[in-house]
Amino acid sequence: MGDNNKKGNAFTNNPIVRAIGVQKIVVVLVIIILALFFSAMSPAFRKYPTLVSLFDYSYYISFMAIGVTFCLITGGNDLSIGTGMICYSLFGGYLITKMHVPVAVGMAATILFGMAIGVINGFLVAVLDIPPFIATLGTMMVTRGLGSIVTGGMSISWPPANAANGWFRSIFKIKGDGKMLPVGFLLVLFLVIVMSIFLNKSRPGRYIIAIGSNKEATRLSGIKVVKYQMLAYIISGFFAGLAGIAYGATFQSIAPGTGAGLELDAIAGAIIGGTSMTGGVGTISGTLLGVFVMSLLKTGLPFIGLQANWQQIITGLVLIVAIFIDVLKNKRAERR
Amino acid sequence: MGDVILTMKGIDKSFPGVHALDHVDLEVRKGEVHALMGENGAGKSTLMKVLTGIYKKDAGTIIFEGKEVEFANPREAQSHGIVIVHQELNMLNHLTVAQNIFIGRESMSGKLINDAKMNEEAKKLFKQLNIDIDPTEKMGNLTVGKQQMCEIAKAISHEAKVIIFDEPSAALTEAEIEELFKIIRDLRKKQLGIVYISHRMDEIKVITDRVTVMRDGGYVGTLITEECTKDDIISMMVGRVIYEDPKTESAVPKDAPVVLKVENLCAGKMVRNVSFELRKGEILGFSGLMGAGRTETARALFGADPKDSGKIYINGKEVDIKSPRDAVAHGIGYLSEDRKRYGIVVGKSVSENTTMASLLEFMKGLFINKKKESSTTKEYVELLKTKTPSVDQLVVNLSGGNQQKVVIAKWLVKNCDILIFDEPTRGIDVGAKSEIYHLMNELAAEGKSIIMISSEMTEILRMSDRIIVMCEGRKTGEIDISEATQERIMHAATLRD
Repeated sequence: MGDNNKKGNAFTNNPIVRAIGVQKIVVVLVIIILALFFSAMSPAFRKYPTLVSLFDYSYYISFMAIGVTFCLITGGNDLSIGTGMICYSLFGGYLITKMHVPVAVGMAATILFGMAIGVINGFLVAVLDIPPFIATLGTMMVTRGLGSIVTGGMSISWPPANAANGWFRSIFKIKGDGKMLPVGFLLVLFLVIVMSIFLNKSRPGRYIIAIGSNKEATRLSGIKVVKYQMLAYIISGFFAGLAGIAYGATFQSIAPGTGAGLELDAIAGAIIGGTSMTGGVGTISGTLLGVFVMSLLKTGLPFIGLQANWQQIITGLVLIVAIFIDVLKNKRAERR
Repeated sequence: MGDVILTMKGIDKSFPGVHALDHVDLEVRKGEVHALMGENGAGKSTLMKVLTGIYKKDAGTIIFEGKEVEFANPREAQSHGIVIVHQELNMLNHLTVAQNIFIGRESMSGKLINDAKMNEEAKKLFKQLNIDIDPTEKMGNLTVGKQQMCEIAKAISHEAKVIIFDEPSAALTEAEIEELFKIIRDLRKKQLGIVYISHRMDEIKVITDRVTVMRDGGYVGTLITEECTKDDIISMMVGRVIYEDPKTESAVPKDAPVVLKVENLCAGKMVRNVSFELRKGEILGFSGLMGAGRTETARALFGADPKDSGKIYINGKEVDIKSPRDAVAHGIGYLSEDRKRYGIVVGKSVSENTTMASLLEFMKGLFINKKKESSTTKEYVELLKTKTPSVDQLVVNLSGGNQQKVVIAKWLVKNCDILIFDEPTRGIDVGAKSEIYHLMNELAAEGKSIIMISSEMTEILRMSDRIIVMCEGRKTGEIDISEATQERIMHAATLRD
């Protein structure tokens, strides 16, 4: 019986394929097919600025997705990251432009705010035992309202690139001589590597996987389940804060009351990348690949004439398909 | 047997409304396998939870290696050398074997986990125990038996001095139990103290040195295993001697009509070309090792899993069963081995569960006829002697045996003539077990036909009129009860390709 899982076809038995994971290879193929499809349908898509804007769209989704992957692996979820990201970005931008604090301080405050909401989410889920879906749905609404209150309902723009304190924008995009370099990708890549090592090779990472695999067994192994479950939400909050900075740095202005639904881009990305809704399974590199599918759709769809409403429909469908694949995988695992 | 290593004296523990432990004593010596017996709810697990620090005791003393101890949590107990191998295996299916064994105390190099070293350590442990398991395999891919071996390896790696086995054999096949016993004997030789909790009387006689019996949270007594009979132990547990007489000859006439005929049933890897007949009033036992494909055969027959090919005849007519709904319509009821997942809705009442499969008959216009529902349920509660304060009691509050009776009632209300019992007495205590056996014999005598899947050899030999043996998805034997012996069954159960 134990051998069943080892049986498969020549492709899935290939050691390289097994090491990378079938799902990731499929996702890479999807990315290539999508890119070819959009390029074929629209000449404008093939231009360099499109690539830059593709990256612009990928940063904030990437950060949110890296963070929420940890919650998903514990068997939880974090729906507050979308509206949270906007809220933290509004807060940080408000401090910088209205209160005139140094940009670095504003950025730190943005992340700290995110972590604070992460602590609250973690408390609700790990200590009070509220189902993650409901708990973070609550904080999703709270952060949506908080963002508006902080700015008094006004939109906020982080300082432009040519302003004295606009240096932070070059973390993500270097502009000059009419050229643009999407250097933010390096930061994303760096964080993907760091968080991968954290997840797979550190004790907290291992315990986060263990909790998602079997919470009671983890508790009986003498591991402080509450602590590590909370940690997952704090990580998610940290990355939502980081996403807030990326959002402020890549977009013109941030409107209060928005952000609902953006968390689904990130969650869909994670799940497309192989993270399971039922916990215990997931990789950060897979999440990054999944995010690329989402940001390709976000940038590509307008080029073939499908605007915002269609994008939402397609995001929704992609999410359902991704979760359906996850359900199928779990069913197959159960039948073994 | 060596010196005393662990003494629990006068342990008392109450929960709101329940006096769970009433001054219980237990003494374990080095190099001893000490059975802890009692019906479900007798307090065995609670006592062990007090010992390992999961519960705090209200009164009493625990003396371990000559010193009084009280552990704050299982981890502290572990570090002193008292380890529990749980009834429900506590496995992290998504992590590897080695990662499971060393969870919470990983080998580190700097800030990072050193998995290579943990794999090495695990390999050494397995070698010590003479077990062949790959430490890098994902835990979820192992069989239940292998997972149990990993739990034991984990216990050893804690340098355990006392190991508690909480119903270790509940999910194991005979062969796996043999392997488990070999390991336990080995541990005994190494002068460990072993507490062995089990319902299975046969095992107690085979593996243990002394037996401590508990009843209703109280201490009944301690016996030397060799000097007592099964009946001595049982009467201490329940206060009366029980059990149906085993069958030596089938009561079913040779010309009884065939109610169910299965021809060349195939479904996936676990059901390959299975054919058999079931006669009216017969109890047909399905024996085999774990993973032999018995449950899979039943599920395919019942329409719960898709089948690839094969024909099914009921009362001589070919039928097409595509879903459980079809099966029920043809009078087949399935009592799953996993009652809580597939058999009953624990959060609902006895009457709601009883009528669940035949609700249409209890409708009055758009609404459920509560009166009819409860009178029918009452009828079956009396018929099956289900112990419940009322038909409105939630099923979750009933014992395992009584839950099983509710499931039986459900299929009887539906008028099912063919009942598939999958491990009918798993997790059910001795007293209730006997009642379930009695009930099954009565049902068969009334003309119901029963397929009984069981991993317990004694149950197979006690209950069946005829025995089908399976191995690796194939039928490897068909034995009439008058010719059945353990050896013949085991031989067929290990007939591999």
